[in-house]
Amino acid sequence: MKLINKVLTGMALTAMTATAAQASTLEDVRAAGELKCVVTTGLAGFAAPDANGRWEGFDADFCRAVAAAVLGDGDKVKFVPSTGKTRFTMLNSGEGDILFRNTTETLSRDVDLKLSFLPVNFYDGQGFMVPASLGVNSALDLDGASVCIQTGTTTELNLADYFRANGMSYEPVPIETNEEGFTNYVAGRCDVYTTDASGLASTRAKFDDPTQHVVLPEIISKEPLGGAVRHGDDQWHDIGKWVVNALINAEEMGVNQKNAMNLAANAPGNNPGINRLVGTEGSMGAMLGLDAKWAARAIAQGGNYGEIYERNVGPNTPLEIGRGLNNLWNNGGVLYAAPIR
Amino acid sequence: MSTPTPNTNALVRAWYDKETRSVIVQIIAAALILSFFAFIINNAVVNLSNIGKDINFSFLWDNASYDINQHLIEYSSTSSHFRAMIVGLINTLLVAVAGIVLATILGFILGVMRLSRNWLTQKIAYVYIEYMRNVPVLLHILLLHGLIVSSLPRPKGSYNFGDTFFLNNRGFQMPSPEFQSLFWIVGGFVVAGLAFAWWFSRYAKNVQDTTGKTYPVALINLAAILLMPLVVYFALGSPIEWDVPALKGFNFKGGMVVRPEFIALWLALSLYTAAFIGEIVRAGIVAIDHGQTEAAQALGISNSRVLKLVVIPQGLRVIIPPLTSQYLNLAKNSSLALAIGYMDIVATIGGISLNQTGREMECMLIVMAIYLIISLLISSGMNWYNDRIRLVER
Amino acid sequence: MTMTKQTYAPGTHPSLPAPTSTTGLIYWLRVNLFSSVANSIITLVSLYLLYLALPASINWLFLDATYIGETRKDCAPNGACLAFIGERFNLFVYGFYPEHLRWRVDLATILLAVAGAAVLWDNIPARKYMLRFALIYPFIGAWLLSGGFGLEHVGTHLFGGLMLTLTIGVTGIVCSLPIGILLALGRQSNLPIIKYFCIGFIEFIRGVPLITLLFVASTMLSYFLPPGTTFDLLMRVLIMVTLFSSAYMAEVIRGGLQALPKGQLEAAESLGLNYSQAMRFIILPQALKISIPGIVNTFIGLYKDSTLVIVIGLLDPLGIGRASVADSAWLGLSTEVYLFVAIFFFISCFGMARYSLYLENKLNTGHKR
Repeated sequence: MKLINKVLTGMALTAMTATAAQASTLEDVRAAGELKCVVTTGLAGFAAPDANGRWEGFDADFCRAVAAAVLGDGDKVKFVPSTGKTRFTMLNSGEGDILFRNTTETLSRDVDLKLSFLPVNFYDGQGFMVPASLGVNSALDLDGASVCIQTGTTTELNLADYFRANGMSYEPVPIETNEEGFTNYVAGRCDVYTTDASGLASTRAKFDDPTQHVVLPEIISKEPLGGAVRHGDDQWHDIGKWVVNALINAEEMGVNQKNAMNLAANAPGNNPGINRLVGTEGSMGAMLGLDAKWAARAIAQGGNYGEIYERNVGPNTPLEIGRGLNNLWNNGGVLYAAPIR
Repeated sequence: MSTPTPNTNALVRAWYDKETRSVIVQIIAAALILSFFAFIINNAVVNLSNIGKDINFSFLWDNASYDINQHLIEYSSTSSHFRAMIVGLINTLLVAVAGIVLATILGFILGVMRLSRNWLTQKIAYVYIEYMRNVPVLLHILLLHGLIVSSLPRPKGSYNFGDTFFLNNRGFQMPSPEFQSLFWIVGGFVVAGLAFAWWFSRYAKNVQDTTGKTYPVALINLAAILLMPLVVYFALGSPIEWDVPALKGFNFKGGMVVRPEFIALWLALSLYTAAFIGEIVRAGIVAIDHGQTEAAQALGISNSRVLKLVVIPQGLRVIIPPLTSQYLNLAKNSSLALAIGYMDIVATIGGISLNQTGREMECMLIVMAIYLIISLLISSGMNWYNDRIRLVER
Repeated sequence: MTMTKQTYAPGTHPSLPAPTSTTGLIYWLRVNLFSSVANSIITLVSLYLLYLALPASINWLFLDATYIGETRKDCAPNGACLAFIGERFNLFVYGFYPEHLRWRVDLATILLAVAGAAVLWDNIPARKYMLRFALIYPFIGAWLLSGGFGLEHVGTHLFGGLMLTLTIGVTGIVCSLPIGILLALGRQSNLPIIKYFCIGFIEFIRGVPLITLLFVASTMLSYFLPPGTTFDLLMRVLIMVTLFSSAYMAEVIRGGLQALPKGQLEAAESLGLNYSQAMRFIILPQALKISIPGIVNTFIGLYKDSTLVIVIGLLDPLGIGRASVADSAWLGLSTEVYLFVAIFFFISCFGMARYSLYLENKLNTGHKR
């Protein structure tokens, strides 16, 4: 019976070791050598694989910036595609380390779903797109329409609220991904496609003749989109938060993809703010548990906020989304990043 | 092994004793199983507490705040998650039951067609069965949904059947009944008819057992259940008002609608499962010894009664067990509703509620438990039926 | 008219042609299609239905179809747009597997065919060596596909298309049979703990839909692992699919075990064989033989179920088809895409079913009367 005893204790021990304290996310990421970033299954401009399978887009660039800051290499990102429904489960269960998936920050998500949101990196709002041939000019004319919505989003909650508040009825046509929504909308299964205005722009750009589809003027909700991490690891939350802030501050200070590494390599310049950002002055990196050039690398990876925006979603891309609210506070927008000091 | 000297090692000796060995093996197995469960449960607890979550079902009574297009009971975005779950459950059961009924009918037809003496019919059934069986059911669902949504007209160009039924890519619109106060009398006659039918079949069987006299039981019962209520219905001046759908704005208003998601899922599941049932039925009929039919014919029993009294009862014994597992498969395959956005139990509580509340553990537990219960119900129901028709062995 | 009477000695009469009413096309038609009034009506109705369906489908699929083109606009409006399938063909076959490494997939497939042939047919030259090769093939296949040990590593997230289906199908088939046998034996065991554990496992797996299991495996598994550990998504899917079909396999094999007369086991035991010997040499060979149709059906089911991985975001042919349907250059081609995938599945599953028939006939050593 000794043997059995040994086996039993052995197994009990293995079970016990699992209770040992959790390693920090930063250590996990460093140990794995890659950052698992939860993104969408494909939304052109935000995150979508190109013909070679490389993920491109606004959200993908933020993933790379974080990877560059933490691991020193922006390509060490494993993109974990998720639907609106699976994203939080994937983040919470540890399938991903960080989430950049045009996700709206809300109280219940923050508190009840146990997410910690990073600073808002895209101010959006929910809109409606209809075929021009329907002759609809306002969302208030949509009584009785069939509406395609992505399930598991704030969109479907806003939609329910909006139609109830205005005493209108509608038929929700639930879909999982943007692609399905697009196919159903084109086939005429639904009269209206609703999602964030940026998503509508991205979808509308896919038509041969975008002018045959109109985005209605009503924006029925506030959708502050941002990244998120799990509750309970403050250090990791700080890193995500300050990478986003660094990218916005970089645009404000004129640090960009080209000059970031040079500034970091040379002697401190005259602007203390820039010095602190690129790590030639102070010990911002050490406070975060990173090295001094963390922010410089993040900026050099895909550029500052403005560069990322212009390249992926800006007026010169198929999405043609103007800066609008997403401009710096001193340019008429609401981007007002906390200073790095 | 050399000479079988009595082994001094107690452990080795115990191993060669059958009783002791089985105890040891079981203890080890129990220890392994228990520690495995302890391991994963412990991990789950640790992981959940690391992000500050608990396991708590009280979210079920919070507002769901999302809308569901197909709800057979009262539901709005102010209803609770629990109610959303019930709506989803009803939708699952609806498509499963409708699917089982249609699949059984089609399956029996296919089985008979496969054994038909008509070459063409037999081959058509064969090709159909092989195509259906060898292509994944998810593909059938997506194909049908794609066909319905993209090849049927939009509401404005609906196929119009006498201004009462309409078919378009938003579904099949039909009038819905509105029962008026006198309708309960008709309902009462239906119930009375059922009661009469039940009594009459027993009575007729009794008479037949004692005197050998037979009544046309099926016909009389049918008249009692259907004809009488119909007569009463018209005598009372048709106490049902029909709410006829009409095109208003984007969609049809009024009446009932069978949505394309339901049609696609229902048809795909039935057509797919029918192919399997067809083969089962064929095997069941083939399994009956020719001697049985011949013996019955030699007794001078008419052909239809040979079928009813000799072939079908024996065939059913072969057919029921595999049929049960086909029903189970159909019920479980209804979860593929997810792929086309039919709001079943997986899509409501296991999908939107799960996501909006972040209660993945609780929601998945509920979904799995419900499917287990459905499976248990179907298999115990079929087992009960199987026991009833089983050969009584003496 | 006078007739000359000819007499034949018994047995010397020349064979006469069969009466015209029992041979030839007319006879065949009469017996098979128009044997009675009802039968004739059925035939005519069937013919009419075929007349409605067939020419239209053939026109759509072949005659009016467009085979070459760059976008949807190049396709004829009332025919199938097969140009799209052609353009995406590589994607359907290899998924996102790196282009310069695709020879590895091809090689793995060819080797699979070799190993498979050795397992499936017994009159193949040098079968003994090929069987040994088949035994180590899973390792070679895994090495070729995912790399390492000198080959460039390819992440499993790049797997897709038909190769993904084959990977899942073959792994599931190879692994679920042994696990299924163990579960079936466990369920028949007279050790209560093992028996009830096996029953619980089998009934649980058979009671819930595969997609809920896949959902748990893909999104929630990390909850059940020690913090910080994780493993490959494809690996988890493989494990889930294997466990799922092994539960079904166990029931099929249990049927075979139950069909054996009890005397077989008693005879084996009276010869002094212990449990594992009795199982290996007496019981299992017979039980497995009886269950072959059921086993192959389970394989086919598993193979078809591999399409469900699209609900967790893996891109099998169906997933790629679905994603491609949303491509703005090729909008609205769902029917073509789904039919193409259906044909692929039909060929492979129908092949498996035919093989099962062949095997049944071959192993039918005369117990059937």
